[in-house]
Amino acid sequence: MNGMTRILIWMPQLLKGAQTTIIITILSVAVGLILSLFLALGKMSKHAVLNRLCSGYIFFFRGTPLLMQIYFIYFGLPQFHPALTIRSAFLAAMIAYTLNTAAYLAENIRAGIQSIDKGQFEAARTIGMTGAQTMRYVIIPQTVRRLIPPVGNEFIMVLKDVSLVAIIGLADLTKVTRAISSSAATALVYIPAMIIYLVITALFQFVFNKLEKKYSVYE
Amino acid sequence: MSIIRTEDLCKNFGDLQVLKNVNLTVRSGEVVVIIGPSGAGKSTLLRSLNTLETITSGKIFLEDKLFQRVERGEVREEMKKEEKKAALLEMGMVFQRFHLFPNMTVKENVLAGPLYVQKIPKGEAEKRALELLEKVGLLDKADDYPSHLSGGQQQRVAIARALAMQPRIMLFDEPTSALDPELVGEVLSVMKDLASQGMTMLCVTHEMGFAREVADRVVFMADGQILEEGTPEEIFNQPKTAKAQQFLASIL
Ligand SMILES: Nc1ncnc2c1ncn2[C@@H]1O[C@H](COP(=O)(O)OP(=O)(O)O)[C@@H](O)[C@H]1O
Ligand SMILES: [Mg+2]
Repeated sequence: MNGMTRILIWMPQLLKGAQTTIIITILSVAVGLILSLFLALGKMSKHAVLNRLCSGYIFFFRGTPLLMQIYFIYFGLPQFHPALTIRSAFLAAMIAYTLNTAAYLAENIRAGIQSIDKGQFEAARTIGMTGAQTMRYVIIPQTVRRLIPPVGNEFIMVLKDVSLVAIIGLADLTKVTRAISSSAATALVYIPAMIIYLVITALFQFVFNKLEKKYSVYE
Repeated sequence: MSIIRTEDLCKNFGDLQVLKNVNLTVRSGEVVVIIGPSGAGKSTLLRSLNTLETITSGKIFLEDKLFQRVERGEVREEMKKEEKKAALLEMGMVFQRFHLFPNMTVKENVLAGPLYVQKIPKGEAEKRALELLEKVGLLDKADDYPSHLSGGQQQRVAIARALAMQPRIMLFDEPTSALDPELVGEVLSVMKDLASQGMTMLCVTHEMGFAREVADRVVFMADGQILEEGTPEEIFNQPKTAKAQQFLASIL
């Protein structure tokens, strides 16, 4: 068999692995984004308890290795209390990536909101908007535009971090590639695998460039 | 009736005394112009009136009702929350640097207040916004974003946005100082129209032509105090204090 044929034969398995990788990436960043908005607002709030809680959360998830977080959620939590058992490795991975990415995104959102001119808050206040209305109609829409590049970046980072899920037995693209490589005793499979990663990255970049253009109408 | 009255209003930033016992009254229908050197506390005074700054001590009355009494940085007496909110909405504010919402079109900027704050129906808010844009001569820009407008146009939108809340008094903080000279006239002419329609106005501005033409009273501030006030003729032609004489000589 020549190389091309072998690659074609591996392709269905590789794409299956890629599917797992993409699903975990997109779902965890999407859910993480929602969570991160609350974390960012919490960290900026004057409410002391809320503020410490959110700051602590962000500190913890950015300050410990993702690999350890995954281990801990899947293998560690059940030992503290049986009710904390997560049977599905997929669900455990989703939770770990979501919680982790939310911490990073929250810092981006906070920086985005704080980069908005103080005059915007004041102008909103002089026409009687409440704090929540100011956030919703004035600050967050402007922050969204500034967040598109870092969020696109986060997608690409998570895409590659998902290769860690092998440790809890999930077959993502990297895991599938290694399995093929050892059973077929060849490194050839790494080439189509890396190309698949690059194609996914290029797609993310394409979408985010489009979004950036779309949200730039007012600039 | 006075729309705004302050009694011994003081404001400190840390150890810096920025306003020292300011007693200012603006009566209904009056146009009052505040002049004075940079750092005199003019912006801080306007910002204290609509609570963008919290005052250190003194009393503020809005429409002859006590709005706030503060002693040593602590609020001792205040209107009830709802009453306070309503009273603040009676004041429109126009900033030196416009501060339009860049994510909204011109029309959306103007209707945001009526729609989200006053909660009037969308159609009605839109109608009001378009009427005001017509008034400031920008009906054709209704669907543009602020970034596509000149500074003079942006400031006229900012005036329309403030007017959309139907205030009793308009506060202007150097509305033309950030503009290229050729754009100053269009903003002043909108302000003159407003004055001629009877709007009560408190303007910080160094546009002497405007002050002479429409001001009922000119207030001269320096070092956080009101040093002189009088008709434009009195202040511009026979300033009494050395500081005012010096200031007027420097800008004329
Ligand atoms: N937020 C602030 N913190 C500290 N000092 C301030 C602040 N805002 C204004 N000041 C000081 O208060 C004084 C008066 O400022 P301002 O009211 O802006 O004067 P004006 O508008 O007459 O030029 C200045 O000395 C200025 O540096
Ligand atoms: Mg000023």
